Amino acid sequence: MHLTKEEERILKGGSGEGAQKALELLLAIGDAYDAEKMIPISRAHAASSGQEGDLYFVELLANGGARCRVPTSTNPVYDINYFDSLFDVPKDEGEVARRVMEAYKRVGAILSWSCVPYMAENIPVYGETVAFSESSATPYVNSVIGASTNREAAQSALAAGVIGKTPKYGLHIKENRKGTHLIKVEATLRDEFDYTLLGYFVGKRIGYGIPVLTGIERHPNTEELINFCAMSNVPGAVSMFYIPGFTVEASTVEESFQGDSPKDKITVTDRELKQVHEELQTMSGRVDFVMLGCPHYTLKQVEEAAKLLKGKKVHKGVSFWICTSATTKALAERSGYVGLIESAGGHVVVDTCIDEPCWIAYKDKVGMTDSPKCAYYRRFKEVMVSRLSDCVEAAIRGRWV
Amino acid sequence: MRGSEITLKCHKIIGGYGEGEALVSHEPICFYLTDPKTGIVREKNHELAGKNLANKVLVFPSGKASSVVQIDGLFKLALHNVAPKAMIVKDVETVLVVSAFLVKVPLVDRLENDPFVVIRTGDFVEVDAERGIVTVTKRGS
Repeated sequence: MHLTKEEERILKGGSGEGAQKALELLLAIGDAYDAEKMIPISRAHAASSGQEGDLYFVELLANGGARCRVPTSTNPVYDINYFDSLFDVPKDEGEVARRVMEAYKRVGAILSWSCVPYMAENIPVYGETVAFSESSATPYVNSVIGASTNREAAQSALAAGVIGKTPKYGLHIKENRKGTHLIKVEATLRDEFDYTLLGYFVGKRIGYGIPVLTGIERHPNTEELINFCAMSNVPGAVSMFYIPGFTVEASTVEESFQGDSPKDKITVTDRELKQVHEELQTMSGRVDFVMLGCPHYTLKQVEEAAKLLKGKKVHKGVSFWICTSATTKALAERSGYVGLIESAGGHVVVDTCIDEPCWIAYKDKVGMTDSPKCAYYRRFKEVMVSRLSDCVEAAIRGRWV
Repeated sequence: MRGSEITLKCHKIIGGYGEGEALVSHEPICFYLTDPKTGIVREKNHELAGKNLANKVLVFPSGKASSVVQIDGLFKLALHNVAPKAMIVKDVETVLVVSAFLVKVPLVDRLENDPFVVIRTGDFVEVDAERGIVTVTKRGS
């Protein structure tokens, strides 16, 4: 790999040990992909998580004096002070989260603690070169916005934010952005939950690839696209996709495949989506908690939940949570939605997500969510999966079906 | 009795040397869905469900699942000394490179022959990532 004089200086420790480690990681990735050189990036998103692997690397950089050279936002962790007053979070877990958040502050990151930073806190534009980790953020930024990012890890994105560069490989090269699988959508897509099922199906069927979806007639909205992005990365690894006519980079199927033929053609009908839902929704009965906002709910979704809860009460045996960003919560408070949810006995919590150790109190409980991602990682005894309106109904009734 | 030995060239991703019994998965792997203390795969319906990947040479097509959890999964296995000794993959991706970098487990790809044809679970495999060589000793042959 060709290094500039400046990069060689950093590699020798000329900008401190933190920057040196960051560059070492980027060069290992560059070597893996036979990258010729590093290219500048203009922003990054580090999928911080408050877990041990995350802590190790961010402290390595922070303690080595590293600072982000370009805007670098952060993913959900959790505020231990908030959760300590609610549940008995194990001391060691809480300490990891606290140290992670403190270390990201020391490296000068944007403390967004949001998994959808492209909605408000750190927004790329078409054609921009960036380094965005987080499974829904990577495909959203590539496909919906039309910027270019590889499927980064928290650490490689943070390293790129510190150096202000990334190796030139993968999705930063046009020919690697071509479609691999043709997905003919014959299923009816009514709402964002159908896109959740579609994303899950596509990720599971293709595993690793760039799907090109045809047959979608109605313009998918923001929430539908977010869910497709997030859920296709639960059972698979989908860093980019095309819906010709609706996503920006290619206007036709031929252009999406850059003239090549698809590796495989897959048809998805209502039957496949129903099968996916049945696979995810394995039981019914009493519900102990309902958790929404994976990925973080948008203002529109918080509003929808608030309207469904208006004048109602969450069942006394159920805890009701919505996870979102601090930015969205501020707007939701101003708009009266948080008030409606809290009057019904629910909570809107910021800076965290379903897959954090702060929810340990629900380890042996049965939950319900609209996010298969939440169910997949098995932090809880059982998790039922259905659409937002069903989750709110279950929260009010104390049981599902 | 020592079985037949096959030597294959490969491409180094993360350097180092690791050897052990091969464990082959035709399905992508998420390290988060393993028991961090033992290395036993606990993903329901996975080809390797119930199998132990501790100290094995893991042969698999690619990583999968959220970038956040994949790294933490392998990191926790390494903390408990039950990470694989080396990894042979088909489709490399950044998250897997970072995972291996952080825990210093050798990672290679581009074997000159298809690893899923050449290597069977139970074979003894040496991965010399520095020299770009994988040696497979067939079990019982």
